[in-house]
Amino acid sequence: MGHQVLSGARRSGLRFRKFVDKALPIILSVAVFIALATLAALLVTVVTWGGHRLSPIIILNYPSANPNEAGMRSAILGSIFTVGLAAVICIPLSIATAIYLVEYSRGGRFSSILSYNISNLAGVPSIIFGVVGLGFLAYWLGMGRTIITGAFTLAILILPLVTVTCVEALKTVPDDLRQGAYALGATTFQVVRHVSLPRALPMMLTGGILGISRALGEAAPILVVSGLLFIREDPTSLFSRFTVMPLQLYNWISRPQPAFIELSSAGIIVLLLILLSLNGAVIGLRQFLTRRLGQL
Amino acid sequence: MTIKSYNQLLTEYLEQGKDEMTDSSEPEVVRVENVRVVYGNKIAIDNISVSFKRHYITAIIGPSGCGKSTLLRSINRMNDLVPGAKVYGRVYFNGTDVYSKDVDPVFIRSRISMVFQRPNPFPFSIFDNVAFGLRVNGFKLTKDELYNKVKDALIKAALWDEVKDRLNAHAYSLSGGQQQRLCIARALAIDPEVLLLDEPTVSLDPISTARIESLLRSIKDEYTIIIVTHNMLQAARASDYTTVMMPDDDMIGRIIEFGPTKEIFTNPKDKRTEDYISGRIG
Repeated sequence: MGHQVLSGARRSGLRFRKFVDKALPIILSVAVFIALATLAALLVTVVTWGGHRLSPIIILNYPSANPNEAGMRSAILGSIFTVGLAAVICIPLSIATAIYLVEYSRGGRFSSILSYNISNLAGVPSIIFGVVGLGFLAYWLGMGRTIITGAFTLAILILPLVTVTCVEALKTVPDDLRQGAYALGATTFQVVRHVSLPRALPMMLTGGILGISRALGEAAPILVVSGLLFIREDPTSLFSRFTVMPLQLYNWISRPQPAFIELSSAGIIVLLLILLSLNGAVIGLRQFLTRRLGQL
Repeated sequence: MTIKSYNQLLTEYLEQGKDEMTDSSEPEVVRVENVRVVYGNKIAIDNISVSFKRHYITAIIGPSGCGKSTLLRSINRMNDLVPGAKVYGRVYFNGTDVYSKDVDPVFIRSRISMVFQRPNPFPFSIFDNVAFGLRVNGFKLTKDELYNKVKDALIKAALWDEVKDRLNAHAYSLSGGQQQRLCIARALAIDPEVLLLDEPTVSLDPISTARIESLLRSIKDEYTIIIVTHNMLQAARASDYTTVMMPDDDMIGRIIEFGPTKEIFTNPKDKRTEDYISGRIG
């Protein structure tokens, strides 16, 4: 009797589990569809609205009151300079922090306090970083409201995000491999150089891509640091005044003429293309480094 | 069996050793004295004293959780890498305390190398795996010398014939047993004095296991080998001396018996050893 009850319970459990197994992929693919459909809708919208405005003018010309002559040349250069510089500052710093946390301090109290605070930092609203950039970097350190200030602001902004990814990347390296290297008389630096880093680097640079994408889309902190929406000259040095693409787009969208709305759609396409090519460059670097570091 | 009688046994065995060892002034390569290892606030092993003789294979046997691996890892300071681990007592390597302040654990690990439970080859080629230890330890070698060292190590590890035509193949293309022999070759390439093996055959099939046991016997004249195993037959087949460890009532690992393998297996002095090797416990 007891046996029958038990086996009956098991059987209905099995039916339920099989149902879940069948239903779950359907639910999950709906989620994927929603995400892809949103992306497609976005792309279709910007292309239909702004596709015909896509011309060399938008890249080569400075902003203008005449929509037929207006471009975002200064904003594109400003974005490339600040974001590129931010990546150069942030990625090595994040990798170094992650190596310290995972490989050197090996789960000590100090490192867990540090990791906790880095995670917290990732949740701070970006405008706060803008205020820090303006108050501390621009005025207190006297760097001015310049490209270098913008770059450091963006670097600090994406530092937690990239560091957390780099820490996770190092944690995916099997400890077996580290122990094997240590047991042959390798120093911690050699273990990092030959074993951990080559394994973790691809994922670390993926974190870099996330950071770059985030930095390229940020408007708020740059608005605070730079304060300029309209510039009619190229940045010539790290200490030039600057603006960035999201601010230029914001400027155009806020105008009443429909032509500027079209222009901002075209600008979004340019922004996406630049984003893709920056990411492509990092992927290329990732492949190059993986090949180089894989060998001793 | 009390610690005192164990110490007597140890003294007797060392006296015998001195007679047997004619060419070496120091028969004990590694001597462990009163070692206690603590993880956080848990004592893993306590009051451990044991010696390991040059050019012999010593097995450390005992049930899971009795601290065999902990003892092994305290010899080459691998416990340093475990957060919260502390080692008390003395471990002498050729008369030098490996835990004294002026001893570099990196140097100790290059003289006492180690092979682990699961094969853990690096994600490089077969050649680079074996060459790794030579490279990180800064051996200044020409290409030919490096090749010869790698070749020698692979021959000693009984792997050469199987891989000589594909030294540049990825190490992960080897079978589990071959990977473990690669790890042994890797450990031998740096020419250590002591080879520590932490249950090296636990994930392997019987044929691979037999190969590894026979290769250990073939290299024991050049190295001192300490092997942790919970396979009693392996200890009986492959080792010259055996140390039996057993957790006490507080789950603290202790040595209960030590002696020539034959005696341990034919005439154990401790009741628990007898129960353990006859399969009644553990």
